[in-house]
Amino acid sequence: MKIACKVSLSILIFISLCSLFAPLISQYNPEKIDLDSIKEAPSFKHFFGTDNKGRDIFSRILYGGRISISIAVMAAFISMGIGLILGLFSGYAGGKIDTAIMVLVDLILSFPALLLAIGISIILPPGIYTVMIAITAVGWASFARLIRGHVLTLKDAPFVESARALGCSNMRVLFVHLMPQCIPLSLVMMGLKLGGYILTEASLSFLGLGAQPPTATWGSMVSAHRAYISSAPWMVIFPGMMIALTALCFNVLGDVLRDRYGLKTRR
Amino acid sequence: MVGERAQPEIIEKIRKEVGSDKDIVSQYLGYAGLLLKGEFGRSYYTNRKVFNDLLLKFPNTLKLALGAMIIAIPVGLFFGFISAYQRDTMIDRIISSLSVTGLSLPVFWSGLLIMLFFSLKLKLFPPSGTGDIRFLVLPAITLSLPAIATLARITRTTLIEIFDMPFVVTARAKGIEEYKIDLIHVFKNALIPLVTVIGLDFGSYLNGAVLTETIFGWDGIGRFTMEGIIKRDYPVIMGCIIVGTVIFVLINLLVDIIYHYLDPRVKLYENSL
Repeated sequence: MKIACKVSLSILIFISLCSLFAPLISQYNPEKIDLDSIKEAPSFKHFFGTDNKGRDIFSRILYGGRISISIAVMAAFISMGIGLILGLFSGYAGGKIDTAIMVLVDLILSFPALLLAIGISIILPPGIYTVMIAITAVGWASFARLIRGHVLTLKDAPFVESARALGCSNMRVLFVHLMPQCIPLSLVMMGLKLGGYILTEASLSFLGLGAQPPTATWGSMVSAHRAYISSAPWMVIFPGMMIALTALCFNVLGDVLRDRYGLKTRR
Repeated sequence: MVGERAQPEIIEKIRKEVGSDKDIVSQYLGYAGLLLKGEFGRSYYTNRKVFNDLLLKFPNTLKLALGAMIIAIPVGLFFGFISAYQRDTMIDRIISSLSVTGLSLPVFWSGLLIMLFFSLKLKLFPPSGTGDIRFLVLPAITLSLPAIATLARITRTTLIEIFDMPFVVTARAKGIEEYKIDLIHVFKNALIPLVTVIGLDFGSYLNGAVLTETIFGWDGIGRFTMEGIIKRDYPVIMGCIIVGTVIFVLINLLVDIIYHYLDPRVKLYENSL
């Protein structure tokens, strides 16, 4: 597993760097329509071929990667932040606050995740922030539940008790003493979730709820070109491959993290 | 709904019809009232009752979900069992990496590749449409891939966990034959997590595999949802999401009830991670 871990980390870093420095790598403008080179098969001129409007697919994938990856990563960090804070409060405060937060968590987790994300994104105007909000609104719940469970086991630990005996305020105990104990766990959870977030982002873009044309994301490229699957399969194969590859690398990393830190989750 | 160059009077008339001239509270109360009557309103475009359309499309979604589960359950269990019994061998590693891959494939992409290969290149199955079993095969396979992957993973981890439990060691020490240990002691205890996964997957397929149904043109709730999204047909979208969630929750409830029969230790409320 160690090799798999290193390989997937390197691939992820490679993909991210390529997306980040997209203008340096590709000489084509991802949104420039070139009607002289429509539906060209992959070649040295266009690595992944061109689409039905003559746009370079390689370059669109690089620029699309910026959006796809950053939405997933941002959504993961925000979910983790919200989940961490609410989970801390819920576990530490107990009583009514705990019940209220957990009812909300159960409510969200009882929805099928993709359906809820779709439901949230149709309320808002389509765009990258909508996708981010939709993923976060669903995602924070599992973090909150995990952290709450962890806080419950730590609440009566000697270090918390002594902090309180020394006269630390509740806020200080929560954020200075308990929170650092919860961060590794939430990072593991984030590793496990990131692959799924990449897929959710791609699915929402595929459904047309994400970034709007002409901006490319991996999911919307598959969606826009699926009519050409038989005449120009490369238009669909390459963007989808990037989604699968990125999600796979995140999933492998997540598994390795989980095995190392012994976190038990249902999936 | 009316096109870009509609007269203001017509817009006003339609606003009255769908009720968007009223304030939010009465709009919400109106919708809630409809729900209580077991209705979801009418589609903005076809003016058909959303509830009737959902009833019409549900059998198709049910067929697809059943088809996917019929493929996924035996295949997933099979791979999971092999993986667990051949633990840490080459076979196990191959199966494990395949199942991680299965979890990472976006269904809308794997569906298109399956369509490209099996129907456009090999011409074995029709690429899209709703109909008899030939139309069902490809979407069911597509939908079953992530389910197979999850099931294989869960089966493997569950079995491995149970292998190391004291009661299995005891059973072996008592000299019970291996196949009896597997059947009675191991498999019975593995049932709960497996039923959970199968139930969850089945529940989420029943509320319409939006992506798979769209790609294969399968006329179920999922494609209905997708059409609603594209046309911003809100009564349709709301109806699909509400029905989907209700079904999902009901299936979850059913799974919880099944637990009770599978394992007498199960209490009604369990605080799990």
